[in-house]
Amino acid sequence: MKPRLDRQTIALRVAKEFYDGAVVNLGGGIPTLAANFVPEGRTVIFHTENGALGFGGVPSNEKDENPYFMGANGVPFTPLPGMCLFHHADSFAMIRGGHIDITVLGALQVSEKGDLANWTFPERGIGNIGGAMDLAIGCNRVIVAMEHTTPKGQLKILKECNYPLTASQCVDLIVTDIAVIQVTREGLVLKEVGPGWTDKEVQALTEPELIISGDLKEIEL
Amino acid sequence: MRSKVFNTFLEAVADIPDGATIMIGGFGHAIDKPQNLIRALKEHGAKNLTIIVNGAGVTGKLGIGSLGGKPFIDEEILLENRQIKKAICSVPASLVMSKPSTFERQYLAGEVELEYVPQGTLAERIRAGGAGLGGFFTPTGVGTLIEKGKEKRIIDGKEMLLEFALRADYSFIKAYRADTMGNLTYCGIMRSFNAVMATAANVSIAEVEQIVKTGELDPEVIVTPGIFLNRIIEIPKERNQ
Repeated sequence: MKPRLDRQTIALRVAKEFYDGAVVNLGGGIPTLAANFVPEGRTVIFHTENGALGFGGVPSNEKDENPYFMGANGVPFTPLPGMCLFHHADSFAMIRGGHIDITVLGALQVSEKGDLANWTFPERGIGNIGGAMDLAIGCNRVIVAMEHTTPKGQLKILKECNYPLTASQCVDLIVTDIAVIQVTREGLVLKEVGPGWTDKEVQALTEPELIISGDLKEIEL
Repeated sequence: MRSKVFNTFLEAVADIPDGATIMIGGFGHAIDKPQNLIRALKEHGAKNLTIIVNGAGVTGKLGIGSLGGKPFIDEEILLENRQIKKAICSVPASLVMSKPSTFERQYLAGEVELEYVPQGTLAERIRAGGAGLGGFFTPTGVGTLIEKGKEKRIIDGKEMLLEFALRADYSFIKAYRADTMGNLTYCGIMRSFNAVMATAANVSIAEVEQIVKTGELDPEVIVTPGIFLNRIIEIPKERNQ
């Protein structure tokens, strides 16, 4: 088995997409970790659905944790100068209204066309939509951060999702533990491969046919 | 003018009949949940209730959204007490798959009803209800199971679904300070669904960390105007989380 990137390193790669001044909303799981890897010299304005914008990371000292300042992930954040607070209707006006530049979401499946399935699978019989449907249709750029296959080795990047959809044709970029793939009108373009991985090996774990980018390179970390 | 200030939580919920629809505020964190009103509703015992809420009691027991993971009261105590008939919510399932919530177990056993609403659509349906609107068109949910049975229209080249407004008989609100007119301020992430739901019920009841004299709140910082509120109660110091 070839080594794959761990969750922290996937998050590090994702964070390279955060440009200076970007307004960013992070979903739970791997996406949350990306907050720790904002490239030096760039200022990112983080948004959380439960009503805050412009906050910092988890307090480094436990005594600075404040129950009045916690993100949608249930983890405390640090208030920063310029932070603002608002209610849920305003929070989702920002999301649907195109005021959030980038969202990073986890996924169970992503299709060739950029369809996203990330809120449930049929065997569970119930699931949590939460804010995912609004984020997926509303944010200007949707990045999926996930492992390339399930722990059992099932493929997650498919021609068609067979789990219930979160939104159709919404994903722009897929960052996994072995590849970076861009969703385009022509299909999925393989831009980067994990250290030691070839395009053929990534293709073998991806159902739709990948378009190999002319400047295919190793994932830059 | 009749005072809005109530002395006990039980008095504040005493007239809630069986079959009522109740909005319960907060996102799901310890500090934004009207925990004392939920506890009083359990004691009061009204049954066959419909709750409109973000999460159907999925964070309190697990201590998700409290300092140090300390458990807190949420809608789950009403579910355990078999008071809930239906939940209209965005997060009905446990956040930890290996620890199913009471709602999840009851739903999978066919004992409670569920209406899935995406979180932003839920907030906007409540806002619309409070604002006297009938509904609105939204792109959220197009191409998903949410669109089932809903009118679809293309607006400005984009497919959209018709979503109807939501109102309730009662709403339970958590706020930071109230004056005796019912004007509310919040603290930190407390606005969430609280400030939206306060507008959309026939009877809105707020539990607050402090009640001050009218005139003591700066009009510039009041978030929820007092005319939206019918009842306010101060949380005893020892119960404040």
